[in-house]
Amino acid sequence: MHEKHREPLFHIVKRDGLPWYRSLMIRFVAILIALVFCGIITTITTGINPLEVYGTMITGAFGTSRKIWITLQNISILLLISLALTPAFRMRFWNIGGEGQVLIGGLTAAACMICLGNKLPNALVILCMIITSIAAGAVWGFIPAFFKAKWNTNETLSTLMMNYIATQLVAFYTVVWEVPKGSGKIGIINQDSNIGWLPQVFGSKYLLSIIVAVVITIFMWIYLYYSKQGYEISVVGESEKTARYVGIKVEKVIIRTMLLSGAICGLVGLLLVGFINHTVTTTIAGGQGFTAVLVSWMSKFNPLSMIFSSSLIIFMNRGAGEISTNFGLNQSFADILTGIILFFIIGCEFFISYKLSFRKKKGKEEEA
Amino acid sequence: MDGKTAAVTLKNITKTFGSTVANDKVSLEINKGEILSLLGENGSGKTTLMNMLSGIYFPDEGQIFINGKEEVIRSPKDAFDLGIGMVHQHFKLIDVLTATENIILGLKGKLNIKAATKKIQEICDKYGFEIDPNQKIYDMTVSQKQTVEIVKVLYRGADILILDEPTAVLTPQETEKLFAVLRKMRDDGKAIVIITHKMHEVESLSDRVAVLRKGAYVGDMVTKETNVTEMTNMMVGRSVTLNIERPDPVDPKPRIEVKNLTVRNEEGVVKLEDVSFTANSGEILGIAGISGCGQKELLEAIAGLQVTESGHVYYIEDNGEKEELLGKDPLAIAEMGVTLSFVPEDRLGMGLLGNMDLTDNMLLRSFRKGHSLFTDKKEPKHLAEKVVDDLEVVTPSISTPVRKLSGGNVQKVLVGREIAAAPKVLLTAYAVRGLDINSSYAIYDLINQQKKEGVAVIFVGEDLDVLLELSDRILVLCGGKVNGILDGRTADKNEVGMLMTRMGGTQDNA
Repeated sequence: MHEKHREPLFHIVKRDGLPWYRSLMIRFVAILIALVFCGIITTITTGINPLEVYGTMITGAFGTSRKIWITLQNISILLLISLALTPAFRMRFWNIGGEGQVLIGGLTAAACMICLGNKLPNALVILCMIITSIAAGAVWGFIPAFFKAKWNTNETLSTLMMNYIATQLVAFYTVVWEVPKGSGKIGIINQDSNIGWLPQVFGSKYLLSIIVAVVITIFMWIYLYYSKQGYEISVVGESEKTARYVGIKVEKVIIRTMLLSGAICGLVGLLLVGFINHTVTTTIAGGQGFTAVLVSWMSKFNPLSMIFSSSLIIFMNRGAGEISTNFGLNQSFADILTGIILFFIIGCEFFISYKLSFRKKKGKEEEA
Repeated sequence: MDGKTAAVTLKNITKTFGSTVANDKVSLEINKGEILSLLGENGSGKTTLMNMLSGIYFPDEGQIFINGKEEVIRSPKDAFDLGIGMVHQHFKLIDVLTATENIILGLKGKLNIKAATKKIQEICDKYGFEIDPNQKIYDMTVSQKQTVEIVKVLYRGADILILDEPTAVLTPQETEKLFAVLRKMRDDGKAIVIITHKMHEVESLSDRVAVLRKGAYVGDMVTKETNVTEMTNMMVGRSVTLNIERPDPVDPKPRIEVKNLTVRNEEGVVKLEDVSFTANSGEILGIAGISGCGQKELLEAIAGLQVTESGHVYYIEDNGEKEELLGKDPLAIAEMGVTLSFVPEDRLGMGLLGNMDLTDNMLLRSFRKGHSLFTDKKEPKHLAEKVVDDLEVVTPSISTPVRKLSGGNVQKVLVGREIAAAPKVLLTAYAVRGLDINSSYAIYDLINQQKKEGVAVIFVGEDLDVLLELSDRILVLCGGKVNGILDGRTADKNEVGMLMTRMGGTQDNA
C-alpha cells in the first residue's frame, strides 16, 4: 500500500469537562514545571543555585511581619482593582482604563487634602475625599460607557485613552502643587497636620485596605451571582440581542456597570493616596490597572478565585524584587521569571479544555 | 456507466466527542453516477460523517477508501486533492469579491482571472448553472450564492460532491433548478451525497437512501422501492404518524393588526414596505417567503425589537380596544399587560443563552418579578423541570449549559419557556429549522395546542408543505411586500411558490 498521506502524529481533541480536582492538578503541575524551568534558566544564565533563588523569593514576600503586611496590602490593592474591572468584563466591556480611573480618584483625593486641608476639619476633608474620589473614578468609567452605549464606540480604545488623560492631569497638577517648587514632585501632603490621612484601624498601618478588599470581594461575589443587576450584566455579556429580546435596556446596564467599575477604581485611588502613600505621582497605580486585567481573566471573572490569582502575582512580584536586590541582578531578571511562570499558568488552560490524542501504534498500517 | 463502481467506501468509521459517540462503526458506500440521500434525525451523525470525508474531522477508527485505494484525509486540502467537495449549509463566501474571485481563492498557481472566468463559464454551460462569474457576491440571491459554492467545488475538480441541506434556503422553483443540475452531474458520473430533512425531496431526487440512527448505520434502500413512511420509521426506529393536525379555529377575533408598516434597516434598505394584515386569535397565520424577505423584521417589529419608519401595530383586546405596540420595547409591551411570546430564528443568539443552564435561561423571562434586589431561582427551576418532563427534553440535568443540548432539545427549551407565559400572541420564526422529524412534530403539536387555547399564532416557516398543512391562512412576503394572503386549506404549493418570487407579484423593483 502506498499511502499518500500519513496520519498526523497527534490530534487536538476537546475535553468534555474536567472534574475540578483534575483541573486543579493540571494547574498545580503547570506551576511546578514553571518553577523547574525557571530554575534551569537561572542556573544557565547566572550560575546561582535555583533553590536559593526560590528561598529568597519566599523570604522576600513573607520574611518579616512587615513584609507580610506589605504583601497583604499589595494583594488587597491589586485584588480591589481586579474586582472593579470584573463586572465590566463579565459584560464583555473591555475596560482597560483601570489605571486612569485609579489615578483620577487618587488625584481628586490629593486635591481635597491640599486645597481643603487648612480650611475644613479633618473629618470633613476625609468625607470630601471619599465622595470626590469615588465620583471621579465613576466619571472616568462613565465617559467611555456613554460613548459605547450611544454610538457603539470601541471601549478598549476609549478607556485606554482615558488613562493618558488621567496621567497628564496628574502630571499637570504635580507641577502646580509641587513642594518645594522646582522639585517636580508633590511630596508627602500635610506631613505635619496629617489632615486627610485615612485613620489607622486597630493601630495598624496596613489593615484598612485589607478590610476594604475583603468587604468589596464579598459584595462583588453576591452582586454578580445573586443580584438581579448581576444577572443583567451576565445576560448583556452573553448576548446583547438576548438582553434586548427580554427587555433589558442594554445602554442602561452598560452605563450603570461602568459607573460601578469606575467608582471602585476611584476608591482604590483614595486608598493609595489617602492611606498608603499620602502623595500622588503619575506612577502611583504602578501598572496595576493592567495587571488587574490579567488577574480578572485568570480567575475567569470569579471574585473568589481572584484572591488566589492576585496573591500569586503579588507574591512573585515581591519575591522577584527580592531576588534582584539580593543577588545583584537587575529587575529585568525578575520580570523574566514572572513571565515564565505566567506563561505556564495561562498556557495550561489549553490542556484543561483540550487534550492531545496521539497516533495509535503501527497496527493500522500493517492491517492495510 | 453501469453506475455501480464505488467512489467512496467507508469502513467501520468511529468518531467520538468526549463521551458521546457521534459515529459508531459506520460502513457506507457512495457510488459513481448516483445520488445518495443521507437520512437521519438530528444528532444521528450525518454531518459528522461527511465532515470526516471532507477533512474537517479526523476519524478515531476506521478506513476510508477513495476509488478503491485507502486514503488518510487530514485536512480539507487533502479532501480536495482526492476530488471530494462539500457545500456547507452556511456559505463560506466573501461578499465584496466576484464569483470568479471567490472560486479561485486559495488556489495555488498564477492568478489568471480571464482563464478562470472562461473555465467557470464552461462548467456553467456544461451543467446549466446560471451565474455571472463577474457578479459580486453581495449582489446575489441566496440561490446564486449556493450555485457559486457548487461551481467552486466543481472548479477544483471534485468528483464526489456532498451537499448539506442545500434546499433549506431555496424556493420550490429554485429547488427544482438545483435538482436538474444535480441530475445532470450524476449522469456525468459524479458521486453525489445530499443531506436533507425533507422527505419529498429524497423521493424525487435520490437514487438510493442510506439511514443513520444514533450514530450507527441502519441500512440502505433503493429510493424507487421504498416510501416516506418506511424511510421515516427506519430513521426513528419505530413507526410514526406523519399527519399534521389542523383543527378549525374556535371563535377567531382580530388580535394583532399591522397597518402600512414600513421598515428600513441600518443601511437604509427597505426591508418591509407598506405591510398590512390582521392576525386572529385561535388561528395560525403562516408567513411564507424566501428567507430575508422581511420575515425577521416583521416579527421583531411586532415584538418591539425593530426600529420602524412608519405604520402601526395594534394589539386588540377581547373587547375590541386597540393599543399601539410600535415604539415600545419588550418591557413596555409586557407592562401593558400584553403577553407576547416570541420564538426567534436565532435560538442561541437571541432566544437563549448558550453558556447558561436551563434554569438561568428560564430566568430570562421572569427575573424581574418581585421587589427584591436578588434573583429568585426557585420558580425558574421548577419551570425548567416541568419543561424537561413535559416536552421530553433530553439533557443530563437542568444545570447543563443549553449549548450542549442538541438542536431539537434547545428548541424545546425555548418553546417551552415561551408558552409557559400563557401568551395571547405567539410569534415563531423557523420553529423547526434543523429539527428532525420527531422534534418537528412535537413542536407542531405544541403550536396547535396554543392555537386551540385561543392564542394568535404567527408562524414563519420555510417548508411550504408544512406551511400548507399547518396554517389557517398564509401570508406571502416577497421583497418586504405582501404578495398575497391565501386560505391555507385551499392554497396550492405552486401558487404560493409563484407568489414568493417576483413573477407572481408586482413587477417593479426587479
